[in-house]
Amino acid sequence: MNSANIGSKISQSLAQLSLASLLVWLQRTVKNLLLPLTGIVIFLFIWQIAASNIITSLGQFPGPSDVWQQSKTLVAEHRQERQKAEAFFTRQDLRNAKKLAKNPNANVKIRPYTGKATYFDQIFTSLYTVMFGFLVATFIAIPLGILCGLSANAYRAINPIIQTFKPVSPLAWLPLVTMVVSALYISDEPMFEKAFLTSGFTVALCCLWPTVVNTLVGVASIDRDLIDVSRVLRLSSPVYIKTMVIPSAIPLIFTGLRLSLATGWMVLIAAEMLAQNPGLGKFIWDEFQNGSSSSLGRIMVAVVTIGIIGFILDQLMLGLQKRVSWDKQAILR
Amino acid sequence: MQKNYLEISQVGIEFPTDGEPFRALQNVNLSIQKGEFITLIGHSGCGKSTVLNIIAGLYQASEGGVILEGREVNEPGPDRAVVFQNHALLPWLTVYQNVELAVKAVFKKNKSKAEIRDWIEHNVSLVHMDHALHKRPGEISGGMKQRVGIARCLAMQPKVLLMDEPFGALDALTRAHLQDSLMEIQNRLGNTVVMITHDVDEAVLLSDRIVMMSNGPAASIGEILEVDLPRPRDRLALAEDPAFNAHRQQVLRFLYEKHRNPAAQRTDTAEAQGKTPAAA
Repeated sequence: MNSANIGSKISQSLAQLSLASLLVWLQRTVKNLLLPLTGIVIFLFIWQIAASNIITSLGQFPGPSDVWQQSKTLVAEHRQERQKAEAFFTRQDLRNAKKLAKNPNANVKIRPYTGKATYFDQIFTSLYTVMFGFLVATFIAIPLGILCGLSANAYRAINPIIQTFKPVSPLAWLPLVTMVVSALYISDEPMFEKAFLTSGFTVALCCLWPTVVNTLVGVASIDRDLIDVSRVLRLSSPVYIKTMVIPSAIPLIFTGLRLSLATGWMVLIAAEMLAQNPGLGKFIWDEFQNGSSSSLGRIMVAVVTIGIIGFILDQLMLGLQKRVSWDKQAILR
Repeated sequence: MQKNYLEISQVGIEFPTDGEPFRALQNVNLSIQKGEFITLIGHSGCGKSTVLNIIAGLYQASEGGVILEGREVNEPGPDRAVVFQNHALLPWLTVYQNVELAVKAVFKKNKSKAEIRDWIEHNVSLVHMDHALHKRPGEISGGMKQRVGIARCLAMQPKVLLMDEPFGALDALTRAHLQDSLMEIQNRLGNTVVMITHDVDEAVLLSDRIVMMSNGPAASIGEILEVDLPRPRDRLALAEDPAFNAHRQQVLRFLYEKHRNPAAQRTDTAEAQGKTPAAA
């Protein structure tokens, strides 16, 4: 074989290789990008058609185009509000500088800006409220689950309580939590708003249960042989729990945490509506009470936002679960 | 008179059930000397694992007891280390960390950090697993996992090594390798071992005495066979050795003639009574 033949053979193989890898890339793109996109586009299409056929007392039901319009409006309002706040602080600083220039010992007042909370402020409020409720729930649920999983007697004693309070809706807890917070949280300089605490504790009460139940099951289903190993080694209880029980139960604990966070996020919106915590729930409630022609559109923007944030939160938990998981065989979705 | 190292004295155990309590073992007596290798063999369900679990302290005998070096033992402990059939390694820890767990549980107060590390590495190389020191159980084969299980037990420096069908879940070739490793370790360390097995060849190859159990319920010790073949034992040479085959014959005769498998017994009687189609 002379060099020309070898050269053409090599370039042929290279062409085949790149054709093969192009096909693989094409297949992957179709699966991971085009199929989801197709689903979304078809859904938007159906939504637009359905929306144009529903006329309510507040105007036409918002379709995707209305949602897009309103979201642009919300962003613009947010920017305007921020500019107003900046202007306020600039004016305040100038005023105070003038005063101090005249009299270095003058009392200068620094007032906070009391303008409206923007849409993005409300999103942020919702997020840190749900985080507060979720963390409170986690700190109670995981130890409780471990206790009930390890001790059959503790389980028999506590299970009726768990089963009774698990199905209770957040709306039923809310009045009680409001009264308790009002009665107990009396302080001259409150660090937290009452509405925030009420919403946070209501979220905690409702998203305890998935974590408790899943932790309980995870702990109780530890491999029997591992229990025997710990008996032969005469491991003390704390060492046993730390080295065997918790790592063994981690997959189910994370399942519980993901379910709890999803439940908590849903419960939060309802709790905010009634407790008037300045988050997305309050936004929806205010828009509904407002009853303007753009209200439905703005509520729909909030619905889409809630959904997208819930999706992102779940993906974050999934990422965390994948990092902590030791089982390379398990497929985590 | 030499005092027995490990004595199982008139042990019986009964398990509560919904109806009548189930008597698994009745009047089991066995004396074991230091450094002996004993195998327990018998049909499925005859109570071999139950005897082992009672020695280990994982079950409590209803009657009788286990005496080790003159003291009664009825709680589990690292002096009677157990090798399980399903390796029982912690899947989220590496080989090193699995053995470390056992070493720290037993020796934390007595050994320094450097000594502990050396001791772990020593035991892992005893079972020829030093190449996989930092691998997780999910990354090594079944035979390797069982080796690590053995290393973990040896690292506890037990007085008695208890093995519950340790090679049962492995293929024949791996089993042969592990048997050779076990004989090598036994030669080096002189452990007292009680092993349960189903494999007659394995029993005759490895043990000093074979304890053959009768069938349950209320099982007891049927016969004890002395295997006085010289050590070290080579399986290829022994395959043609008349003494080895004679021992094999005795065990097989016990299992298949004198104390037949209970399931086989039932079909026999059914045929004799003319109930099966073949006899009709």
